[in-house]
Amino acid sequence: MTAGLLTGLVVFVLASFVGFEVINKVPPTLHTPLMSGANAISGIAVIGAVLIAGAQEWNVTVILGLIAVVLATVNVVGGFLVTDRMLQMFKKKEVKA
Amino acid sequence: MSGGFTEFLPTGIEITYLVAASLFIVGLKQLGSPATARRGNLIAAIGMFLAIVATLLNQSVLNYQMILVGVVIGSLVGAIAAQKVEMTAMPQMVGLLNGLGGAASTLIAVGEYWRLMGTGDPIPLDATLTIILSVLIGNITLTGSFLAFAKLQGLVSGSPVTYPLQQPINILLLVGFLAGSTYLVTTATDPTIFLVINGISLLLGVLFVLPIGGADMPVVISLLNSFSGLAASAAGFVLMNNMLIIAGALVGASGIILTQIMCKAMNRSLASVLFGAFGGATKVTGGASGTQQDKIVRSIGAEEGAMMLGYARSVVIVPGYGMAVAQAQHTVRELADQLEKMGVEVKYAIHPVAGRMPGHMNVLLAEANVPYPQLYDMDDINPEFERTDVALVIGANDVVNPAARSDANSPIYGMPILEVDKAQHTIVIKRGMSAGFAGVENDLFYKDKTMMLFGGAKDMVAQLVSEVKQL
Repeated sequence: MTAGLLTGLVVFVLASFVGFEVINKVPPTLHTPLMSGANAISGIAVIGAVLIAGAQEWNVTVILGLIAVVLATVNVVGGFLVTDRMLQMFKKKEVKA
Repeated sequence: MSGGFTEFLPTGIEITYLVAASLFIVGLKQLGSPATARRGNLIAAIGMFLAIVATLLNQSVLNYQMILVGVVIGSLVGAIAAQKVEMTAMPQMVGLLNGLGGAASTLIAVGEYWRLMGTGDPIPLDATLTIILSVLIGNITLTGSFLAFAKLQGLVSGSPVTYPLQQPINILLLVGFLAGSTYLVTTATDPTIFLVINGISLLLGVLFVLPIGGADMPVVISLLNSFSGLAASAAGFVLMNNMLIIAGALVGASGIILTQIMCKAMNRSLASVLFGAFGGATKVTGGASGTQQDKIVRSIGAEEGAMMLGYARSVVIVPGYGMAVAQAQHTVRELADQLEKMGVEVKYAIHPVAGRMPGHMNVLLAEANVPYPQLYDMDDINPEFERTDVALVIGANDVVNPAARSDANSPIYGMPILEVDKAQHTIVIKRGMSAGFAGVENDLFYKDKTMMLFGGAKDMVAQLVSEVKQL
């Protein structure tokens, strides 16, 4: 196993533990927004897509990368906006109550 | 100066990634509490923005125009979709977005494989391994999510689909995938075999979601959400990019936690959700309560229902998927307002898996401006039913089925339910006598204290509103 892969694995395991710890005791009301917010974060694939689409000359990789950029951006933008729309409703109601 | 700048750049990008990762963690944390949730979402979005800007500064990224065009197209589509989608269609929306994330991760891995093939050198072992892993998770997320979307949208049947030789076929496909992967890792680079294992993993995603349906849908959506994170993480291993690995792991882990919460709410193990094919196979429940014919259903009209509700002291409303489908949440709120004007105490009882997605009912009722303190979780409301005059069940079925408590033969036995049968009276608004999504008969409908109001949720509630007004 190369050093790079090993470092990646360390980072992955530690980040997973953080993920487990952060999402403890969430009230059911927030399950849907939390899921859709997390879903938006998984659109981080967009930066991977940018990296492989970055080459100057056209080839298969660049084309696949550009498609990935579009799809992942939809995921990111759609995800964050829709989460905000949901949470906005909770907010309004809290002010009233 | 430019020399110094380019020297600093890679470090600057890594530091920005670190900041972005921290913002994701803080954002997720804040998303978990009602008071800070909206800010949390914004913080995570800022993190994402920083990560993207930093990536664009990478020296190897030269193709700016096309990338920006892609980002603009994606943003427009995403923004319009987020603006247009109905709150009731939220589970589908999340499913669809999930699938797109999975697709992006797969495309990254495939693109990288093609690039490495183009160099002419043999592809290093760890690159091949991570690409295969990324392709597997990404493709399963892609087709699994799209099928979940189609099921929720009603494009294909929402009930569990079983077919003969299900497990052998799955195992065969898995063996095929492993064989292909082993060949790629140990022997040679081969585009054909690479495409074949892509095809197999796409098929696996479909077969994974196909046998799951009905009441288990929230669990699947949540699990696929976790997968989309893992797919991003896998893509991070392909490109050796820590930002992708961290963000993906965060989503993967939090998705698993949510999935566990869902499973606990239904008192089912994850394994039984994935492999149990709830419903479909077990349509006939145990005969503890006799056949359907000798059971009597009491049906009432809106006028009678309104009288029961209007002169009650306390009413608990139990919303379910039927309310979501009929978009009846605003009308329900109107009914509650009318009743409160007459001095009736109104509460809402929310089952954790009511609807097709965790927290689905909360979102809909919030959309209709139902005050937060009126929503009660299952554990808080169950002891209250004995003191409740009327429980009004609107389009919910399995989550109020007493068989879960009493009938050990029932497929939903052991699932915690809302104990509406303990109320003085129960009014059930339902279109017909069909079984719930889990395919299980509901004895609640035949109880002496239960009155059925047959009709669509929205129509019926609207009729109740006008009848209550006339009291």
